[in-house]
Amino acid sequence: MSRLKSWKELPPGGVILEAGNARTYKTGDWRTEKPQVDKAKCINCFFCWAYCPDASVIVDADRGTMEGFDYDHCKGCGICASVCPKQAITMIPER
Amino acid sequence: MSKVLGLNGNAAAAHAMRQINPHVVAAYPITPQTDCVERFAEFVSEGLVDTEFVTVESEHSALSACIGAAAAGGRVMTATSSQGLALMWEMLYIAASMRLPIVMMVVNRALSGNINIHCDHSDTMGARDAGWIQLFSENAQEVYDNMIQAVRIAEDMRVRLPVMVTQDGFIISHAVERVELLDDEEVKNFVGPYRPLYPLLDVRNPVTYGPLDLFDYYFEHKRSEIEAIDNCLPVIEEVGKEFGKLSGRPYGLLEEYRLEDAEYAVVALGSTCGTAKEAVDRLRDRGKKVGLLKIRCFRPFPKDKVIRALAPRKGVAVLDRSVVFGGFGGPVFTEIRSALYDLPSRPLVIDFYYGLGGRDIYVEDIERAFARVEEVVRAGRVEKHIDYLGLRE
Repeated sequence: MSRLKSWKELPPGGVILEAGNARTYKTGDWRTEKPQVDKAKCINCFFCWAYCPDASVIVDADRGTMEGFDYDHCKGCGICASVCPKQAITMIPER
Repeated sequence: MSKVLGLNGNAAAAHAMRQINPHVVAAYPITPQTDCVERFAEFVSEGLVDTEFVTVESEHSALSACIGAAAAGGRVMTATSSQGLALMWEMLYIAASMRLPIVMMVVNRALSGNINIHCDHSDTMGARDAGWIQLFSENAQEVYDNMIQAVRIAEDMRVRLPVMVTQDGFIISHAVERVELLDDEEVKNFVGPYRPLYPLLDVRNPVTYGPLDLFDYYFEHKRSEIEAIDNCLPVIEEVGKEFGKLSGRPYGLLEEYRLEDAEYAVVALGSTCGTAKEAVDRLRDRGKKVGLLKIRCFRPFPKDKVIRALAPRKGVAVLDRSVVFGGFGGPVFTEIRSALYDLPSRPLVIDFYYGLGGRDIYVEDIERAFARVEEVVRAGRVEKHIDYLGLRE
């Protein structure tokens, strides 16, 4: 999460002056379970990447590999684990 | 050069709107405001204004359209009354929290039920916590003057908040009075060209209005809204002074009528202040030391000025033209009494509910209020905080 501003630093009316700042809003802390991938089982099919509703599966497009998760934004919905044809992704409870 | 016309309050407001010539007016007719919007629609059809006049299907849509137009970067006005204001409810808060300088004329009319079209303040008092500036008018002249000043106040870069200008239903809105109009050019110069702040139509600088705002920032945004409305008191005074230089009719946050040496004061808003002035004059003729505190600006509440005006009095009778059901007195009473609480010695304060649903208030009623507050002071304590004027027991 970026530093939270004081009320004195905010533009009037709660307007947002810069575009594309949703990235700075870290939705990862909504999560109760986090996905974990076992790369030994992963076949880099990219199903998880295609189904993720939050664009939180990190892939290396050049090498064609699934690299892990963007935990700053992954909300822990578990769709990746559910669609994985090799059961390479497990959801583990957040502490 | 000013021009004197015989106008009712609605026409006075419509002429102010004509001279202000806003970019957009979106309004829906409702008694007793209809007359104002009809006249303005005539000005539009006669080509006397450049305004885009949006005929909407409800007041909710009227204020929604105004919010959109103001966020787009236009000078925007509307008008409503009673149930219309109630229907605008959720949009009122949105206009204020987005800091959009919309000016709205509200004809004070009782809220249903039962169905009533006449004056009381239950509509605007219900909206007193919505974040709008509220200016009350005593007569048609003040309606006209307040409308013009409201534009300057709302659009001041230190303020940027919506303003409600109120007038009492029928008593002001439909009574023809002598009204002095400024020249069109004078009004045009006084309000000046519109200066938008973060307009949505500035496509080179895209901004977002009204995003989701949760536990991490909503509170900070409300705090900055509190600061904004509290800071606008000096601006309202500045504009009132400047308007005085132009018109010969200066305005403050309050008007003190024969209050300087008064032992007893009545506090009132709107057209009742005219009646109260007559009561004060009559009692003064009989040697009573009485005066009136008229509150022109109810939101933001000019606490310091109210304290200064009322602290030296022995007793204060507050006149409330709307009810806080289950509360400890009406909205004006609770505000006044609370403002005086920290004084080491303070006047005794009593509240009178009056004039609901257009029930007339007479000079004699106000004389009775003065007599009651004198009795209370003589007894040295308030036994009954809330009483009624003009009610059949």
